[in-house]
Amino acid sequence: MSTSTSTAPAPVPATPPAVAPQKLRPDRKKSRGLYDVLGLLFAVVMAFPVYWLVISSLRPNHEIRSYDQTLWPSSLTFDNFARAVDQPNFSTAVQSSLIVSVTAVVGGMIIATLAALAIGRFRFFGRRALLMVLILVQMLPPTAMLIPIYAQLNAMGGLDEYWGLIIVYLVSTLPFAIIMIRGFVVNIPVELEESAMVDGCTRMGAFRRVIFPLLAPGLAAASIFALVNAWNEYLFAYILINDNSKYTLNVWLMTFTTERGTDYGALMASSTLIALPVVVFFMIIQKKMATGLTSGAVKG
Amino acid sequence: MTAADTQEAAGPPAPPVPRDPKGTDGRPTPGNGTAGTTGKRRRKKGELLPFLLILPAIVAIAAVYAFPLTKTVIMSFQDMGRRELWTGESPPWVGFEQFTNILGDSEFWSVTGRTVLFMAVCVGLTMAIGLLVAMMMTRLSTWVRLTLTAALIAAWSMPLMVAASIFRWLSDSDYGLLNTLIAKVVGEEFLGHNWFLDPWQGFAIITLLVVWGAVPFVVITLYAALTQVPRELEEAAALDGANVRGIFHYVTWPVIRPVFVMVTTLSVIWDFNVFGQIWLLRGNKPEPEYETLGLYSFSKAFESTSFSQGTAIALITVLLLSGVAVFYLRQLMKTGEVE
Repeated sequence: MSTSTSTAPAPVPATPPAVAPQKLRPDRKKSRGLYDVLGLLFAVVMAFPVYWLVISSLRPNHEIRSYDQTLWPSSLTFDNFARAVDQPNFSTAVQSSLIVSVTAVVGGMIIATLAALAIGRFRFFGRRALLMVLILVQMLPPTAMLIPIYAQLNAMGGLDEYWGLIIVYLVSTLPFAIIMIRGFVVNIPVELEESAMVDGCTRMGAFRRVIFPLLAPGLAAASIFALVNAWNEYLFAYILINDNSKYTLNVWLMTFTTERGTDYGALMASSTLIALPVVVFFMIIQKKMATGLTSGAVKG
Repeated sequence: MTAADTQEAAGPPAPPVPRDPKGTDGRPTPGNGTAGTTGKRRRKKGELLPFLLILPAIVAIAAVYAFPLTKTVIMSFQDMGRRELWTGESPPWVGFEQFTNILGDSEFWSVTGRTVLFMAVCVGLTMAIGLLVAMMMTRLSTWVRLTLTAALIAAWSMPLMVAASIFRWLSDSDYGLLNTLIAKVVGEEFLGHNWFLDPWQGFAIITLLVVWGAVPFVVITLYAALTQVPRELEEAAALDGANVRGIFHYVTWPVIRPVFVMVTTLSVIWDFNVFGQIWLLRGNKPEPEYETLGLYSFSKAFESTSFSQGTAIALITVLLLSGVAVFYLRQLMKTGEVE
């Protein structure tokens, strides 16, 4: 097998420039097919666990408990979903997750937008220091805060209460959200704001009429990102909430694993239910997100 | 999405804006934040507003990060156990005793080594695969790229606990697909193989899970950066006789480098702090040989209820990561990101 790839033509220093573009073209065409095959292969590898999740959740139990797993189920059933929903505390877990995540994200976004505007639009003393703090804070291992927060909430009677978890989630979304929203703020030309103010808007009015509408897609992306993070958080939820009826969905997932083994059918079905809203949201924002993340970095 | 494709066939696109090599493209400095020669009264107002805007964020971050971190430092020099937690008595001061105990414990060093090795393998795999796939994406047909993006998003959006559940199910010793497939090749005796008896095999599964979960973010972010590379420059370099490696080194890499460094550093930090995946794959009761620093600190605090031991380990972890953090900040300053 020769290792020469069509994409790496040997350097021919003496090639007259006029020939080079024609040399590139057929090369590209030929290799495109190869790349497409590779790309599809990689897509299959990445998507397979997700496929396996969905397919396992729809399998009859005798197929799940079998030594010969097939890639394609013989019949589809919703039994696993029925068992998942009947598991104790399912509805309260959904409620807990929603209350905690949504409250945290709404609060977080308001605070993050204000800070992002300040960082993206003003030069002020301590601006760089603040940016550095935001970056550094994300590097702290969660366990470094977990123990004191646990001790503090214990002293304040905040264990087993939603508000403790909400505060933790709200603040943990801030650093990333501020940096991300700042990326969108920086992309809105200052001139728009200035001309609105020349035309008689107050600063607040300029924000409401000009900046906010342009920022809205970015805000949506940042808030969904924050929502997904809060929805996925496990460690703090596990430590700060001991009351079964206040478990969030992730902690509730653990109840399928008992001393007698794991009910994989029901576990996969509940996992599908938990993942579904997240996947839908992600599909909506993914493009925005990459833009928000890179615009600040690439555009300097 | 298709801009790159259409540009290939279309005529010459608009000439690129000349870039300042430092990466700052001369963004107009915003209105009245500049310390110009504006009147005193206006400057006062302009100076106060940003501080008002950042105040809530500062207060919140101080409450949940700064205050607990300070307490982590304080607790590390005390001896706080279950009794002090429930009675609210102030724990006795023990000076550096926690640290000398930990640093003299051979278990701590093996945990640290394990954490660093695991992180290095995960980051190396993630970044290598991520960069290769992102570069491949620039050469795909549109429909393949869309398919691949959809697959990446599907993988990316899997909640951590869900992803861990899937991999637990795939690697289940009795009914897992992995064993079924391997048994088809090597024979029936492989059925019932427990992947987690040997930590090396167990960590292989955990690494698979972590890399699978991290690659989408890396690919999509790097691909977004790659689309910013001016095509004209690549073609000009090709005309001047640069080969693929040369083009990458002199044209592509300088543009995507800041993003690459950012993503790598984030990966280092995330993979260093991997917790949930190991926790869940080991069914909430990780064996000692599966402990990374985060889990080690956690088990010292919540299982041995020696909270001070836990915070001291967490503090050492923070110090270890601070080197990465400083490097990251320096990189950002170089690229003019923090200005």
